[in-house]
Amino acid sequence: MRGSNMTVVRGGSPVVAGASCVIRPGEVTAICGPNGAGKSTLLMALAGLVSPAGGEIDVNGRPLAEFQPRERARVIGFLPQQSEAAWDVDVRTLVGLGRLPWRAVPGRPVRAGKEADLAAIEKAIADMQLEPLADRPVSRLSGGEKARAMMARVLAGEPQYILADEPFASLDIGHAADLVRLMKEQAARGRALAVVMHDLALAMNHADRVIVLDKGRVAADAAPREALNEELIARVWNASVRWIGDRGSQALLV
Amino acid sequence: MTRLSAILIAALALALPLSLLAGRIWIVPWSEPVPNASVILAELRLPRSVLALIIGAGLGGAGAAMQGYLRNPLADPGLFGIAPGAAFGAVMALFLGLAAIPFMLPAFALLGAGGAMALLALIAGRTGGIALFTLAGLMIASLAGTLTSLAISLSPNPFAMSEIVTWLMGALIDRSWSDVWIAAPLTLAGLIVLWACGPSLDAMMLGEEAALSLGVEARRLQWAIVIGIGLTIGAGVAVAGIVGFVGLMVPHLGRPFTDRRPSSLLVPSALAGALLVLVADIFCRLAPVAGELRLGIALSLLGAPFFLALLLRLRRQLA
Repeated sequence: MRGSNMTVVRGGSPVVAGASCVIRPGEVTAICGPNGAGKSTLLMALAGLVSPAGGEIDVNGRPLAEFQPRERARVIGFLPQQSEAAWDVDVRTLVGLGRLPWRAVPGRPVRAGKEADLAAIEKAIADMQLEPLADRPVSRLSGGEKARAMMARVLAGEPQYILADEPFASLDIGHAADLVRLMKEQAARGRALAVVMHDLALAMNHADRVIVLDKGRVAADAAPREALNEELIARVWNASVRWIGDRGSQALLV
Repeated sequence: MTRLSAILIAALALALPLSLLAGRIWIVPWSEPVPNASVILAELRLPRSVLALIIGAGLGGAGAAMQGYLRNPLADPGLFGIAPGAAFGAVMALFLGLAAIPFMLPAFALLGAGGAMALLALIAGRTGGIALFTLAGLMIASLAGTLTSLAISLSPNPFAMSEIVTWLMGALIDRSWSDVWIAAPLTLAGLIVLWACGPSLDAMMLGEEAALSLGVEARRLQWAIVIGIGLTIGAGVAVAGIVGFVGLMVPHLGRPFTDRRPSSLLVPSALAGALLVLVADIFCRLAPVAGELRLGIALSLLGAPFFLALLLRLRRQLA
């Protein structure tokens, strides 16, 4: 997935201005940046949910704008910020919603669907370690369990690309670490993941690549150690910081 | 078909014969024959019962679709202003003294529903966003309500005024087969449109962005909802006036018995709505009041306390 020179205008002003980036299969790409840098907007543009005013996005060598909505939904999975389910469905039903882009006939119930649907749903549940919770209503899940269930919903659609907007936002470190590990497993199986992250240490230690956005422009697009160096963080976030610790388990001192 | 739907169909199969036999004059098959029983059955009770089924199914189905679309258990099909629009159209027919001409009143009501739909589409139109759409609906509802009040206050004579006020209360008294022929095809078409929205409504439970990412086309869904609600509610108001609360209550009662996806709720809600209106209409006929209890009033008497109880429960959940 390649976005070149993307400009996205929202409410009259450009939120993303001439950004270019590549999301590669087999990698977890972290998208970082200060508040209002355009991270979510960039992610939505890559997901095909807002159309850029300028620039181009290619997915597997084809312009994203040419995809039909259903076709796009089968290739790109999107997890919005603070996902909630409006109705108190059980986990398996929730995960089953991920199969909607694959349904053949309108109105055919997802759960009674083809073998492929059922297999994908069970696999997504297993991948996110939700088997014991599969029949539990979503309202009775903890924050970490809910985040995993929402991710399983995306996985059930078997997308090549997974774009997630701050899936760790309200998770404690234990649950965040679980989710990161499970997401890295997905990358290892050849999926491409682009994840908006606020926690720079999480990006530093776990991402394969980091894109730093600053005022709608790409300030860095490189390996974590290169992209998140102390000078760049000082410049973009306007905070003096220091990395401590060993490679793979670094912490950020502010 | 789910078990819930099967149970509801069985209940309908019991209630329908009862509604044919019940009334001021009971028709009891095994006792002595009632004079003109066949006329009462074929020309009065059967069309009335069939109409109750059609209107109830439309209200129930529309309510389930509405709650699914707005992701809100308190949403009612009246919210978008289609029912008030249809009511205003019908009131205009009464106001202008055209209601005596066959098909004039339903035609005006459908025109009113169509006008409300067109306004909605015009205002909300391009983006398919829900907040603006709901606001537009509320404004249209308020405008149509005001215009209706205006028509009442300006009505040319006391007779027209009382006719309008009574009509607004909603009833199934003195309905004939011609009303059935108006309401049935429109309601059925509307329910089919709403039913086809099922998977998109399921996706909507994850929020608008997630629904888009699952391949839902927001504008198309919005159009389908407007058309589906317009047909079912417009047809219902055209033949029976304003019948409130069914669209709000029925999806609620049904939801716990399904997997809670909006698509699983559409058919049971239509069936349960049909059952509720049919049974309520039997009570209206049998209620010991002078004249006859109006269906709209009976259902509101039942619905308002239900709504309050619901709010109390939700408040406890949210607190």
